[in-house]
Amino acid sequence: MPPPAPILRMSGIGKQFPGVKALDGVDLRLLPGEVHALMGENGAGKSTLIKVLTGVHPIDAGTIELDGRAVAFTSPLEAQQAGISTVYQEVNLCTNLSVAENIFVGREPRRRGRIDWPRMRARAVELLARLDLRLDVSAPLSAYSLAVQQMVAIARAIDIDAKVLILDEPTSSLDAGEVEQLFQVMRNLKEEGIAILFVSHFLDQVYEISDRMTILRNGRLVGEYLTRELPQVELVAKMIGQELAALEKLHGEAKEFGSPLVEARGLGRAGAIEPFSLTIHEGEVVGLAGLLGSGRTEIARLLFGADHAGTGEVAVGGTPVSLRTPRAAMNHKIAFCSENRKSDGLIPDLTVRENIVLALQATRGWTRPVPREQQDELVGRYVAALKINPADPERLVRDLSGGNQQKVVLARWLILEPRLLILDEPTRGIDVGAKTEIQRLVTQLSDGGMAVLFISAELEEVLRLSHKVEVLRDRRLVAELPNDDDLTSDVLMETIASGGRAS
Amino acid sequence: MTTAALDLSRRIPAKYVPVLVTGCLFVAMFVVGGIRYEGFASGQVILNVFVDNAFLLVVAVGMTFVILTGGIDLSVGSVVALSTMISASLMKGPGWPPYLVIPLVLVIGSVLGMVMGYIIHAFDIQPFIVTLAGMFLARGLCYTIGTDSIPIEDATFTAFAQTKVNLFAGMWVSPSVVIAAVVVLVAAYVLHYTRLGRAVYATGGSEQSALLMGLPVARTKITVYTVSGFCSALGGVLLSFYMLSGYGLHAVGMELDAIAAVVIGGTLLTGGSGFLLGTVLGVLVLGLIQTVISFEGTLSSWWTKIFIGLLLFVFILLQRLFSARRT
Repeated sequence: MPPPAPILRMSGIGKQFPGVKALDGVDLRLLPGEVHALMGENGAGKSTLIKVLTGVHPIDAGTIELDGRAVAFTSPLEAQQAGISTVYQEVNLCTNLSVAENIFVGREPRRRGRIDWPRMRARAVELLARLDLRLDVSAPLSAYSLAVQQMVAIARAIDIDAKVLILDEPTSSLDAGEVEQLFQVMRNLKEEGIAILFVSHFLDQVYEISDRMTILRNGRLVGEYLTRELPQVELVAKMIGQELAALEKLHGEAKEFGSPLVEARGLGRAGAIEPFSLTIHEGEVVGLAGLLGSGRTEIARLLFGADHAGTGEVAVGGTPVSLRTPRAAMNHKIAFCSENRKSDGLIPDLTVRENIVLALQATRGWTRPVPREQQDELVGRYVAALKINPADPERLVRDLSGGNQQKVVLARWLILEPRLLILDEPTRGIDVGAKTEIQRLVTQLSDGGMAVLFISAELEEVLRLSHKVEVLRDRRLVAELPNDDDLTSDVLMETIASGGRAS
Repeated sequence: MTTAALDLSRRIPAKYVPVLVTGCLFVAMFVVGGIRYEGFASGQVILNVFVDNAFLLVVAVGMTFVILTGGIDLSVGSVVALSTMISASLMKGPGWPPYLVIPLVLVIGSVLGMVMGYIIHAFDIQPFIVTLAGMFLARGLCYTIGTDSIPIEDATFTAFAQTKVNLFAGMWVSPSVVIAAVVVLVAAYVLHYTRLGRAVYATGGSEQSALLMGLPVARTKITVYTVSGFCSALGGVLLSFYMLSGYGLHAVGMELDAIAAVVIGGTLLTGGSGFLLGTVLGVLVLGLIQTVISFEGTLSSWWTKIFIGLLLFVFILLQRLFSARRT
């Protein structure tokens, strides 16, 4: 059977934001009666693609054809009227209104100028029946669960004679049963000939529901594939963008460590990360591997007390402690370099020296200022040790390059002489030279007895530094792998893709 | 007993509960008053509440629109005063006829409201601040017209003030009450049977969602402040029927009475939930408190304020409980 003509065809789409090329030459085609998955890491351009399609942003290059005619929408409303409806991750409905109203508000059936309530309710019931839902349509939406609200959003979307339905991470807040219900609805709609564009971080779900997928990376098209012909490992490799064969094997090594420093048992937080257990020993580098959004940062934030754990407990040096605030974590000598050094860490208008002593000063309290000679001595030592360039402590931080700014953040935490240093993407966006220096530093620190929790999107970097690697997927810790000779980025990627079932 | 109560709560949707509470309060006050005071338990007592508060009812209707979108309008009292002042001065000085003066006043009030609504929308400023500025502006404009009270001697106005519209059994209301009733009915129709009305509720429920659902949020917001401005101006006209004078110190603090009536009527200050019937009941409760205190005779009229304060506090607490239980 030849494939039917595409209902939607986007070709050569380009979109430039100030300073970033968000989309560059992306093609996408949707066939009627098909679920098409749009895959890519965070920042790969999935959201931007959806936004230019639905008229939130104008496109800079390329063409969009709907049903063979070129279109250019200027607002989501216009796209909706042309038959392209979007259901967003967050349910965008008014919970104070009734179910029927949420489906029809803005285009209520009217008779002689007044809203025809009985007809509106009848049509709502009819429409929901198409989705196998039987609700009291005059009850307020707030009376129903999030999953049902999602279905109501879909009902609203398909009422407008939808040809294309875009579901942007619809499953992220649903439980397994609710996801199944949603998939049933999607299958029904598929049979009616609607083209569905499905975005999800959950690989299992993508493989369960989608027929075809388009993969994006860094705003570029990687390719379009039939889901059944693309193994999960290859999908992950294509999303991350490393050819398996080309990956060099670089290694830290598995070692036996004596005394555990931080032990987390059943630590978890609803909606962020499922309960996990993790032991970090003194002098050990633990790598966290997984796709963006798989829960890497969430683990770091829990261990630093930046988020409250819903379940589980933490012991530091054998004694149970409560890490309720970052301050409490700092008292236990846990330091956290966040992935976003610009917004969370550095104050660009202060000097290098002032930025470095900030954390030390905070732990002493403002009534006991750090003496200037001590400041100069400490700062001088770390500027030299980390090779911060230019080696002038009185320079403003905003004049430094990204790599040197990162070193300033590191120096700030190292001054506190932490026992556990959590590094979240310390090498992102900095040049190769600075990157290797930071990697070398991590090795030195761990040799000196400091424990390091190392988070990076680059698997080879994780492999080069870590003694053991924790693999995350879909907000769950799925495997703990000692970094022995058998562990390659190939194996790691396999584990990420399979969710640890293979190992 | 418990099962009966449970049964009842299941049959009455949660959204009607606040209005019912206000309704019960009103009935209870009326019954207690009727038992305590001679001559209290008559229909005319309730009608007199309407007669004395027709202008407040009209202003509160406009306020209901604004609060339903999650906004607030502090300028209403000043706009009422400005309207009395403009009417009185135009009729006394140049001797303009009422059929010119009244439409002009209504237009001025609407335009003031529309400008405030536009500023709130276009610059994304807190309604509280914008309407506070509007409140000072309108009150200040009163004094540029005149610092003294200006009497109204126009024949149409005095006729309106003194006419009694007879109902059955010797009971009567003033023409202002008829106008207020028409305003309430029209407003209720708009809120429940037009797209504008539903957009008001949707905007109050979640502005962001309303925007993404393709509703004209900007137009809705500007419209509700225009409606509120119009209602304030109309309230001002009714107040000048009632007072037969224009004065810069009329209706001082009326914005707070209007907000109190709306809140006691069960409308959530966060927007999206409430009914006009509730607002009517809220105005009735406020008026009945005044009546009870005047029947009591020995209490100073400031007790009215104390009771309104207590009542408001209780109702805000109730709102909190209701919204807490719902989430």
